[in-house]
Amino acid sequence: MSTLLDIENLWVKFPTRSGMFDAVRGVSFSLGKERLGIVGESGSGKSMTGRAILRLIRKPGIVEAGHINLHETNLLDLSERDMRKVRGEKISMVMQDPKFSLNPVVTVGDQIIEAYRLHAKASRAEARMKAIEMLEAVSIRDPERVMKAYPHEMSGGMGQRIMIAMMLIPNPEILIADEPTSALDVSVQGQVLSIMDKLVRERGMGLIFISHDLNLVSQFCDRVLIMYAGRIIEVCDADKLHEAQHPYTQGLLGSLPRFDQPKARLQVLDRDPQWRDAASVEGRP
Amino acid sequence: MSTAIDIKGLNVYFGDSHNLFHAVKSATFAVESGASFGLVGESGSGKSTILKAITGLAPYWEGEMTVAGQPLGAKRDRAFYKTVQMVFQDPYASLHPRQSVDQVLSETLRLHGFKDINDRVDQLLKDVGLGPAFRFRYPHQLSGGQRQRVAIARALAPNPKILLLDEPTSALDVSVQAEILNLLKDLQAEHDLTYVMVSHDLAVVAHMCDAAAVMRNGEIVEILSIEDMRAGKTAHDYTMQLLNASANRVATVAAD
Ligand SMILES: Nc1ncnc2c1ncn2[C@@H]1O[C@H](COP(=O)(O)OP(=O)(O)OP(=O)(O)O)[C@@H](O)[C@H]1O
Ligand SMILES: Nc1ncnc2c1ncn2[C@@H]1O[C@H](COP(=O)(O)OP(=O)(O)OP(=O)(O)O)[C@@H](O)[C@H]1O
Ligand SMILES: [Mg+2]
Ligand SMILES: [Mg+2]
Repeated sequence: MSTLLDIENLWVKFPTRSGMFDAVRGVSFSLGKERLGIVGESGSGKSMTGRAILRLIRKPGIVEAGHINLHETNLLDLSERDMRKVRGEKISMVMQDPKFSLNPVVTVGDQIIEAYRLHAKASRAEARMKAIEMLEAVSIRDPERVMKAYPHEMSGGMGQRIMIAMMLIPNPEILIADEPTSALDVSVQGQVLSIMDKLVRERGMGLIFISHDLNLVSQFCDRVLIMYAGRIIEVCDADKLHEAQHPYTQGLLGSLPRFDQPKARLQVLDRDPQWRDAASVEGRP
Repeated sequence: MSTAIDIKGLNVYFGDSHNLFHAVKSATFAVESGASFGLVGESGSGKSTILKAITGLAPYWEGEMTVAGQPLGAKRDRAFYKTVQMVFQDPYASLHPRQSVDQVLSETLRLHGFKDINDRVDQLLKDVGLGPAFRFRYPHQLSGGQRQRVAIARALAPNPKILLLDEPTSALDVSVQAEILNLLKDLQAEHDLTYVMVSHDLAVVAHMCDAAAVMRNGEIVEILSIEDMRAGKTAHDYTMQLLNASANRVATVAAD
C-alpha cells in the first residue's frame, strides 16, 4: 500500500502555569489509502494529533516532529503560504466543533458556494446547484431552507453534515475527520459514512477517523490507533478491536452500555499509572 | 408520584411570518418526577428545540408546558433555573471563551446564593472527573470532552431537580461516559432528580431512561417504554429502522 502521510516522533506541547504540558508525546504512524481510526479517552491527544498535521496548533502551543511527510514533502518545512495550499487542496479537516468552524455571519449556502468556486471554475448558479446536491448527499431534508440559514440555525447533526460536505469539495487526498458523526442518528450516520467510504475505495483518499465510538470504528475502519495520555498504546486491525490486548483498550470496551444487555452500573476504568510511561507503539502497518 | 414535566400540544416555530419554519409539531409527553425520559430520532427532527422551548430559549411556541407544577409563560425567572438546568449539545458555544472553569462555576454558584463556593467548585470538578489542574483553564485549553464535563458541572452546580441533557456524553469517550452516566444515576437516586435526555445512542438512552419518544421531522412518532424498545416491540417503521440500525451494530460486535 502506498503511503500518503508519514509522521515521525510527533510532540505537541503547551506551556502552562505549572510547567510544560505534553499533549502528544512522540507518536509515529503512517497513513495509506485506508481508513485509519484513532480512538482513546478524552484528552488523550487525538484532536491535537490531527491539528498538528495541518499545523493548526494555536500559539503558545509548540509542535515538534522528526518529520510530517506528505508523500516526499515535509510539511514542517513549508512556508505558511504553501501550508495554506496544502490545507485548501490536499488535506481537509472536519473539526470537532463543526459550527465553530463555520462563519457565523454568512449563510450556509454562501459558504458552500464560495468554497466550491474556489476550487472549480463555476458560475454562481452552477455552484448553487452543486451545493444543493451536496446537502442532499448528506441527507439534509430541506436543502433550500438550509442554504438560506445561518450556522446557529442548524441542529448539531446538520452542522456536522454541512462541514463534511464542505471539506469534501476540494476532493482532498487526505481527510482528517474529528468526531464527524458524533451528533448523527444511526441512519444518517450510515449515509455519511458511506460517502467517505466511497472516496477511500474509489478515489484512493486516505482517511483519519477520530472517534470515541469503538463499535463504529471497529466496523468502519481498517486499522485503529489507540491513544492514551499523548501516546499510542496499541495498534490493531479494526475488525480485531474486540480482541485487543491492552487492559486500557479492554477497559474501554467494557465500559460501553449495551442495548441488548442492560446492567445497573457501567464498568469504569482503573487507570494504571504505568500506562502513561510505556513507550509509544509505532502506528505503521 | 407527581408529574415533573408535562408538555401538551407543543408547537415551536422559527423565522418570521414570511418565512415560518415549524420545527416542533404538537408534541405531547409527560415525565414523572424522579424518572428519566429519552428523546431519540432523526438529526434535525426537533429534539434540542423541545429542550430549548422548556428552558425559554425558543421564543415562538404555543401549547401547554408545565414544569414542577408551574405553567410556563413567556419568561423564566431565577427560581426556574434553580429547579431546571440544561446541558447543551454544543459545549463550546455554551461556555464563555474568556471565563476560566473556576469563574464559570463560581459565578453560577454565587448567582444561586451558595456560600462555600471554593469547596463546591472542588467537589463539582471531582464529580465530573476533572482534577484541580483544570480549575484555572480556559475553554480553548480543554479538549472537547473536558469542555463537556465543565458544562455538566455547571448544570449540576445549583443542585437542580430537573436536568435537561442534550447529548451529554456524545463528545465523551466511553470510559468518561460510563463515569458520568453512573454519576447521573447516583445523583438521581440520592436526590430524586428528573432527567430528560437527548441522545442518538440508543444504548445510552436504554441504560438511563424508562421510556423514550422517537422523533422524526418535527413530530413525536411514538412514545415507548425501554422494555418494548429492547424487545423490538414497535408499530412504527421509523422506530423499527432505528432499532434495526442500532441492533445491527451491537450484533456484529457481539458476534466476535
Ligand atoms: N491551549 C492548551 N493549553 C494547555 N493544554 C491544552 C491546550 N489545548 C489542549 N490542551 C490539552 O491537551 C490534551 C489533548 O487534547 P486533545 O484536544 O487532543 O484531546 P482529545 O483526545 O481530542 O480529547 P476529546 O476526546 O475530549 O476531544 C488535553 O488534556 C487538553 O486539556
Ligand atoms: N435558531 C433557529 N432558527 C431557525 N431554525 C432553527 C433554529 N434552531 C433550530 N432550527 C431548525 O429546527 C430544526 C430542529 O432542530 P433541532 O436542533 O431541534 O434538531 P435535533 O433533533 O436536535 O437534531 P440533532 O440531532 O442533529 O442535534 C432543524 O431543522 C433546525 O434547522
Ligand atoms: Mg478531541
Ligand atoms: Mg440537537
